[in-house]
Amino acid sequence: MADFWKRFARNRGAVIGLAILAVVILVALLAPLLFPQSPWRMVQRPFLPPFSMDQYPLGTDALGRDVISGLAYGAQVSLLVGLVSTVAALLIGIPIGALAGYFGGWVDDALMRFTEFFQTVPSFALAIVLVAIFQPSIESIIAAIAIVSWPPVARLVRGEVLSLRSREYVEAAILSGQSNLTIILRQVLPNTISPIIVLASLMVATAILLESSLSFLGLGDPNLMSWGYMIGAARTVIRQAWWLSFFPGVAILLTVLALNLIGEGLNDALNPRLARRGK
Amino acid sequence: MTEPVLSIKNLKIALPEGADRDFAVNDISYDLYAGEILCIVGESGSGKSMSANATMGLLPDLVRPVGGEIIFEDTDLLKLSEAQMMDLRGKKIAMIFQEPMSALNPLMRVEDQIAEVFEAHGLLAPKERATRAIELLTEVGIPDPEKAARAYPFQLSGGQRQRVMIAMALALEPRMLIADEPTTALDVTTQAQILELIRNLQEKHGMAVMFITHDFGVVAEIADRVAVMQYGKIVEAGTADAVLDNPQHEYTQKLIAAIPKLAAEASEETAGKTPILEVEGLNKTYVTGGGLLFSKPRIVHAVNDVNLTLSEGETLGIVGESGSGKSSVGRCLVRLMQPDSGTVKLAGHDMAQLSGEALREARKSIQMIFQDPYASLNPRSKVGRIIAEGPMAHGVSKQEAYARAVKLLELVDLDALAIDRYPHEFSGGQRQRIGIARALALEPRVIIADEAVSALDVSIQAQVLDLLAELKERLNLALIFITHDLRVAAQICDRIAVMQKGRVVELGPAHAIFNNPQSDYTRTLIEAIPGREKELAAAG
Repeated sequence: MADFWKRFARNRGAVIGLAILAVVILVALLAPLLFPQSPWRMVQRPFLPPFSMDQYPLGTDALGRDVISGLAYGAQVSLLVGLVSTVAALLIGIPIGALAGYFGGWVDDALMRFTEFFQTVPSFALAIVLVAIFQPSIESIIAAIAIVSWPPVARLVRGEVLSLRSREYVEAAILSGQSNLTIILRQVLPNTISPIIVLASLMVATAILLESSLSFLGLGDPNLMSWGYMIGAARTVIRQAWWLSFFPGVAILLTVLALNLIGEGLNDALNPRLARRGK
Repeated sequence: MTEPVLSIKNLKIALPEGADRDFAVNDISYDLYAGEILCIVGESGSGKSMSANATMGLLPDLVRPVGGEIIFEDTDLLKLSEAQMMDLRGKKIAMIFQEPMSALNPLMRVEDQIAEVFEAHGLLAPKERATRAIELLTEVGIPDPEKAARAYPFQLSGGQRQRVMIAMALALEPRMLIADEPTTALDVTTQAQILELIRNLQEKHGMAVMFITHDFGVVAEIADRVAVMQYGKIVEAGTADAVLDNPQHEYTQKLIAAIPKLAAEASEETAGKTPILEVEGLNKTYVTGGGLLFSKPRIVHAVNDVNLTLSEGETLGIVGESGSGKSSVGRCLVRLMQPDSGTVKLAGHDMAQLSGEALREARKSIQMIFQDPYASLNPRSKVGRIIAEGPMAHGVSKQEAYARAVKLLELVDLDALAIDRYPHEFSGGQRQRIGIARALALEPRVIIADEAVSALDVSIQAQVLDLLAELKERLNLALIFITHDLRVAAQICDRIAVMQKGRVVELGPAHAIFNNPQSDYTRTLIEAIPGREKELAAAG
């Protein structure tokens, strides 16, 4: 573990990313304490510019709602959607990829054609359709994002399993009479964890972007304040009140950037032999 | 004596922090003269390649020389800039590597790769380069040089690729050639040809050759002088005859003693014993290609009508070069591969026809030891789990399986504490012992060892072979030993089957195979064993 951290920390960007993400998580967790009032509540006159009143440092929006409070609650939504939808996508993708890679033959063909079916439909369009059908709610958004983002997981796991299944220790397990399920769970999958973790960290970032895009289009959960919704609501007044879209935009940018940096750091730490040298 | 071509003085190369020792090479000195072949011998991790890499300026990023000098033509190579080194490489000092496939560019024709050597140094016109390439290929003895020049590396055999590498190294007539394990990846007959080629070229061009190897047989074939390395130090140096016939240092003596002797002893007759495994008419073909309408599928007869019997307590060797089908036979026997036809009778049951639960049950009595001690253990399982998994899959309780694992670890001379450690904490030899313990866990009657010692250093190899022989005796196992190494086969096997292109060309008691080989192929194989002449001379 100490060794892992050392390799991770060698990538300075990754450490910065981790710091940014830690701040975002902290803000999300502490939002109810920092801003006890609902972010939907109108607290001041509309279009209060930032830095003009100490109590509302980032100003207010078109309806007089506190922007900084919205950002804090939006962090909750973004992180929740990012994490849960990624976990859900992994739960769909890993079994499909593992079965396809391990058994090969027609099982592989059937599962991969099924996967390609999802890959050929543009993922954002599919997500919009799904959310529109199921009514916008946090659950339906998470489900939609998971459904459009599992195919890369399945492909990755399949590739890893394909190369692992001909390893000698897998053959030894076959000879020792272990069942296929035991072999997949015990011998094969534990060795695919590193690339999955790296992919997952990047998927969280993509999921946050997807959620923001959906909210921007007005397909977000109407009961939850989210960054995408804030930008969407502010786009008509962008010339009068730049700060309404600017700050949520920066929040999305920083969070996604942080996750990408972390993903790269994890890649260096988990695949030390692939780590780029000479830096 | 004349001036040495290369003179290494008190060279020290530091390893990065956290390595198993501070210096890759520690205070070594040697000279290399024109017209001689100096062999640097050592086991893996002895630092034998390091001084050569330092000479070429090819050390890895984190490894750097911290002391001493490497004098070549009155300049210290360690002080040269990268640009000066580039000029020197290829032109004055050339190098050939172990794996010719990865040392050649797979997407470039052979002649272009040779021409590139001239281009890099700005020599000759493009047309001359092409003619010179053909000349060089002729010199290194490639059949049909014009055709080989137009070929891509994958169209050539391993030996031919190594010849191309040598041609490239010779292109600018270097004064010195470094050969880093150039024949390790090759079959024994090809190895003999390449060694002869290097020897001839060295004499013809009067080059100095630094030849790095782990194999004392190769040393006996080719070396004028020898330097033996251990833990980054030269423990013994001298002329080849002196070091091989009369080693002074303890380590050299141990290494030479560990080499399996070529003479097989006449073993007791096994004819009276009950056969445990009977293989009849085993066939396996691979079909590749033929997917497109007009391409002809390529059919390889990997196993062609093989008949074998194995008695209780017997060791049968299956010997052959790469591609001879020896591993395919082993894999068909345990049904990791489905044979096309034939019967494999294991204690009366036909393994080839079983499936499902019956196959699982039958496999308990036939287990396998694998070649690569690194790939054959799951890096994410603890050793105890690796050994106990088999019995647990057959319904033994966890407690009992782990208790048995402890006993097995002791049986293969490993500490019982190993049970809670991960494979990466063990050395190659120890890992192979874990692999053996795993194979024994199901109390098999037959064990198939597929190149089980070929990835190990010679001293470790000797220990593992002794262990196998002892276990076989104690547990009354029958052993099928698949190997490319005739020396190993001579040491451990009672009977030997020689395979070529999927067929068993000769089968008989080990001493008969070695003393009186019947088929031409067996004779070629035996004659190609490096160091054989020297051994024969010493013996009588």
